[in-house]
Amino acid sequence: MQIRVVDIVKQFDPRAKGPVLDQINLNVVGGELLALLGPSGSGKTTLLRIIAGLDQPTGGKVFFGEEDASGLRVQERRVGFVFQNYALFKHLTLEENIAFGLTVRDRATRPPKAEIRRRALELLDLVQLSGLGKRYPAQLSGGQRQRVALARALAVEPRVLLLDEPFGALDAKVRRDLRLWLRELHDRTGHTTLFVTHDQDEALELADRVAVLSQGRIEQIGSPDEIYDHPATAFVHGFIGESSALRVNAREGRLFIGDRPLSIPLREERPGWGRLFIRPQDVVIGEKGLSETGRPPIEAEVLSLWRSGPTRRAELALAGEAGRIEIDAPVATPLTPGEKVPLHFKRGTFYLETPAA
Amino acid sequence: MSFRRPSILPGFGLTLGYTLVYLTAIVLLPVALLILRSSSLGLDGLWAIATEPRVLAALRISFGMSLAAAGINVVFGAIIAWVLARYEFPGRRLLDAVVDLPFALPTAVAGIALASLYAPSGWIGGPLSTLGWRIAYTPLGIGVALIFIGLPFIVRTVQPVIEELDADVEEASATLGATRAQTLLRVILPSLVPALLTGFALAFARGVGEYGSVIFLAGNLPYVSEIAPLLIVVKLEQFDYASATAIATLMLIVSFFILLVINLIQSWSRRRFGYV
Repeated sequence: MQIRVVDIVKQFDPRAKGPVLDQINLNVVGGELLALLGPSGSGKTTLLRIIAGLDQPTGGKVFFGEEDASGLRVQERRVGFVFQNYALFKHLTLEENIAFGLTVRDRATRPPKAEIRRRALELLDLVQLSGLGKRYPAQLSGGQRQRVALARALAVEPRVLLLDEPFGALDAKVRRDLRLWLRELHDRTGHTTLFVTHDQDEALELADRVAVLSQGRIEQIGSPDEIYDHPATAFVHGFIGESSALRVNAREGRLFIGDRPLSIPLREERPGWGRLFIRPQDVVIGEKGLSETGRPPIEAEVLSLWRSGPTRRAELALAGEAGRIEIDAPVATPLTPGEKVPLHFKRGTFYLETPAA
Repeated sequence: MSFRRPSILPGFGLTLGYTLVYLTAIVLLPVALLILRSSSLGLDGLWAIATEPRVLAALRISFGMSLAAAGINVVFGAIIAWVLARYEFPGRRLLDAVVDLPFALPTAVAGIALASLYAPSGWIGGPLSTLGWRIAYTPLGIGVALIFIGLPFIVRTVQPVIEELDADVEEASATLGATRAQTLLRVILPSLVPALLTGFALAFARGVGEYGSVIFLAGNLPYVSEIAPLLIVVKLEQFDYASATAIATLMLIVSFFILLVINLIQSWSRRRFGYV
């Protein structure tokens, strides 16, 4: 089922300078797995809670399919919500936890006992916890608990699944396993799923589309490839993946660091100062004394070196006000702090600074 | 010692020794003396006193009223704890402090104050007596005094547990379609049960031993409104030490078993749910 968020505004404190959510419009296609990604305080959890009906928006509407759900209470929205800290009922067994949503229904819509039990056991199988139905949540690991929470949410046959930092409280290894598992589960059950995360790897790896939020606004919505390769704004570029931002000047259709022109093409012609985002792998250390343009190359001073996985990283300072840059430094290339090396920029994205109005 | 576990904190021997000495001196020694004294009667003598109608009546009133008062306190104490923990309102801190007053007030003072309130000429007793209800100087008066004395035990044990409750769990219940009442009954209340039991046990134990406030409010009529602690004092005044210690021993045994049962229920629930 499709989720449509229209002009959602949320203002907690009228005296605060900006709203928590500022005119959010979002379309989650039926069957899609969409990640809401953003730093803490960007409003992503608030948005999820508004969709679930756990928080009320200051303005705007939420639609499930064609139905306007804005006036519905949480209980009537039929959403599956999974919390970061599992929120399991500690006094109930796993089976009872999963069956809870069915047992609280009124007589008319409640399935018979045997049917409830059958459904609970089926869901236990689905989340790969068969045979543990009589255990209590306290007897499980974090990853297992979160799977129970998911099974419990699925038991009520929700129209949409909403996951709030579902793996936030788990350790790295378990997170990765659960991520793959969730993807498989989603492909199998086909629920429209919206999940909140601050972990970009999780969002990029798991989601069909990613919506990047910052300060109550959606900065960009797109596939993981679009988000990573073509960040729409400076914020997205800075937030997704690793990159360094250099202060550069655009004039005469070219970019300049100091008085040296760069070979990176410009997307727009307007002149002015701005920031050039460069990923570590998009810079190479050039040959000394040589330059394709025949002019002296752009030089930077090596500040420090460290190991990073299969490669080595170096932090360098460019001359003038351009700033510092982090680059991949091949292990084979000898570098010593204090040394000056020529840099060749292969790729980068320039964002013109909008002058303060 | 084989049951000694390695720990970064030293002093197991010292603290265990201290615990044993302290418990022996403060609790076990007086209790042992009590049992020793009453054992001079022999089992037959103890049984004879235990089956005396006046003693039976006093024990029934003491334990019955303590259980009833603790039960009433569980309900209303839990509500008070809920209000104090969940809502912000002007005067909350003041109300919070008022709850502790029954702890601090000398029990005799409390008894006199309650008696003047509930007496047929008092503010509450007056209107009630026109309805034909009498509270002061009847067994009901005992109940009122014990409710007063026991209230803080429930509130103080339950309040922190309510404060610690996860808001997530209630919200999860709501997203699963549970109404507010279902959430309260099926999610919140079960997680309060261990704390309510502790509070109940404390209030009950306090009620059984209460003397000062009750004797001012109860009529102290033998067979009707005479509590066991009062009967003990009466026996002591008649220099009937054997009977006094026998009644005390009986109270001790009954209390011990009731508290033991409550403790067992608690440790069972703790094992099951992995929390207190």
